[in-house]
Amino acid sequence: MMKKIKSWLCKESVSGVIFSLPFLIGLLLFLIVPLGMSLYYAFCEYSILSPAEFIGLKNFDTMFHDEMFFKSLGVTVFYTVVSVPLKLTFALCVALLFQKTTRAAGIYRAVYYLPSIIGGSVAVAVLWKRMFAVEGTINQILHSFGVQNTIAWLGDTRTAIWTLILLSVWQFGSSMLIFLSALKQIPASYYEASTVDGAGKANQFFRITLPLLTPTIFFNLVMQMISGLLAYTQCYIITNGKPMNSTLFYMVHMYNQTFIYYKAGYGAALAWMLILITGVFTAVLFLTKKKWVYDGGD
Amino acid sequence: MGRKKTIRSVIYYIAVTAIGFLMVYPLLWMIMSSFKETGSIFVTAGSLIPDPFTLQNYITGWKGFAKITFGTFFKNSAVISVLATIGTVFSSSLVAFGLARCKFRGRKLLFAMVLLTMMVPAQVLMVPQYIWYHKLGWVGSYAPLIVPYCFAIQGFFVYMMYNFIGGIPRELDEAARIDGCSYFGIYGRIALPLMVPALVTAAIFSFIWRWDDFMSALLYVNKAKDYPVCLALKLFTDPSSTSDYGAMFAMSVLSVLPVLIIFIFFQKYLVDGIATSGLKG
Repeated sequence: MMKKIKSWLCKESVSGVIFSLPFLIGLLLFLIVPLGMSLYYAFCEYSILSPAEFIGLKNFDTMFHDEMFFKSLGVTVFYTVVSVPLKLTFALCVALLFQKTTRAAGIYRAVYYLPSIIGGSVAVAVLWKRMFAVEGTINQILHSFGVQNTIAWLGDTRTAIWTLILLSVWQFGSSMLIFLSALKQIPASYYEASTVDGAGKANQFFRITLPLLTPTIFFNLVMQMISGLLAYTQCYIITNGKPMNSTLFYMVHMYNQTFIYYKAGYGAALAWMLILITGVFTAVLFLTKKKWVYDGGD
Repeated sequence: MGRKKTIRSVIYYIAVTAIGFLMVYPLLWMIMSSFKETGSIFVTAGSLIPDPFTLQNYITGWKGFAKITFGTFFKNSAVISVLATIGTVFSSSLVAFGLARCKFRGRKLLFAMVLLTMMVPAQVLMVPQYIWYHKLGWVGSYAPLIVPYCFAIQGFFVYMMYNFIGGIPRELDEAARIDGCSYFGIYGRIALPLMVPALVTAAIFSFIWRWDDFMSALLYVNKAKDYPVCLALKLFTDPSSTSDYGAMFAMSVLSVLPVLIIFIFFQKYLVDGIATSGLKG
């Protein structure tokens, strides 16, 4: 009997399922169940503490009349649309600088990449808040360059969002590394052949490097756009939506509604709307893919 | 010709160094400020050199809040990050091995689900998971910060290990099977030892992500004595606390130290992880 069970367990198909069991359980318990439950609660009035009451589409009606919903969506999209292209341009330019492997390049690469590794931490958020404070470093350095007026970077609706954009652009390191590894895969023979044909550096960049990098640019664009739309921690700590909601990110709005105002039903509706919005943005990017991404030249 | 080349490379290094300095300036400022007298940090914010040099900020900062020292906060962070990392690395390696080496019905679908979890970021699950964990009675405990990770829910790690196992020659499995080794034996005796580089990469990323996971800590940890470091740091910025900026900078420096040490010693793994599988740093 024991032997039978043992040999059954050792069958290839059974073993495969046993190996996959952790993921099957995890997928069910920590993704499908919470997502399914929240889909139901998106149609309920629910405060977590009291029982849910089904109210149909009312949460979505509230959403489309919620000024802060549109405001936060606008802020988040602005943040993403500005910071992601800036970040990727920077990443690409710096990657091109480090394309030649010299002894020093490794050290420089590490220095440039360091901010992406620790940029998501609370320590950096706290630091950023102090740097852009009225009495902070940025103003002091500007003073020493002769700028007379003191700017309240975090208190002005025009500048606050830019401190967060700068923080995001500062962390271009991981995109840079992805570009670097893609650059290394472009065969040197392409450049040699084009040099023989009399192509200049600029011509080579626009005719060879850039087209061959488009798949990598696309990949970076998708990844960075998603993380831009979902930015949370840094905004929560540095500005928390202030001043006058000019930096109210979608995630922060969702957090406030759910955990400050105890509208978990509305929060669930906002969460599902966020999944939808992220999906739409990703789908649109994929639709444009054919137009500009090099697919191997078939 | 040679001279022109020298001038160009000098310009190159000056430019690269200048941008590099700008890049690390905020971090340098944080580290240097932590050694300044707390009252003088903002008076001398334009300069990097601490004058006089003092360790007082580290002493006062370490005392923490309401008799809970940063020793406790660091211990909490370490417990959470280490347990979640062990769980995620072990479970991901099991799943990756099963998907890469065993044929069974539904394998393709399962693999597609793994890829799908890579596309569902933790942030969109914030509210859904909170509601669910609240029902399970997990709010206020470390369970939401550790248990889910023990079930290979981070598709990135499964995918990365899956690719790595793909590079291990199948002949090794077959030889072991002929000798009567089961799939579990092959996993434990052949695949796991050969997978060490992939396991290290996954462990490094997992540890860094869990160490910096502010959002989960904010949602699920209620008592100050259970706070991880990232949440404790936030207390420095609360309007109610007396703002000792020197102490704040000192503890900020300590909080990034583990990640910094990993960065220095395991840089190769970090770079490979990002360059080959697009893991976000």
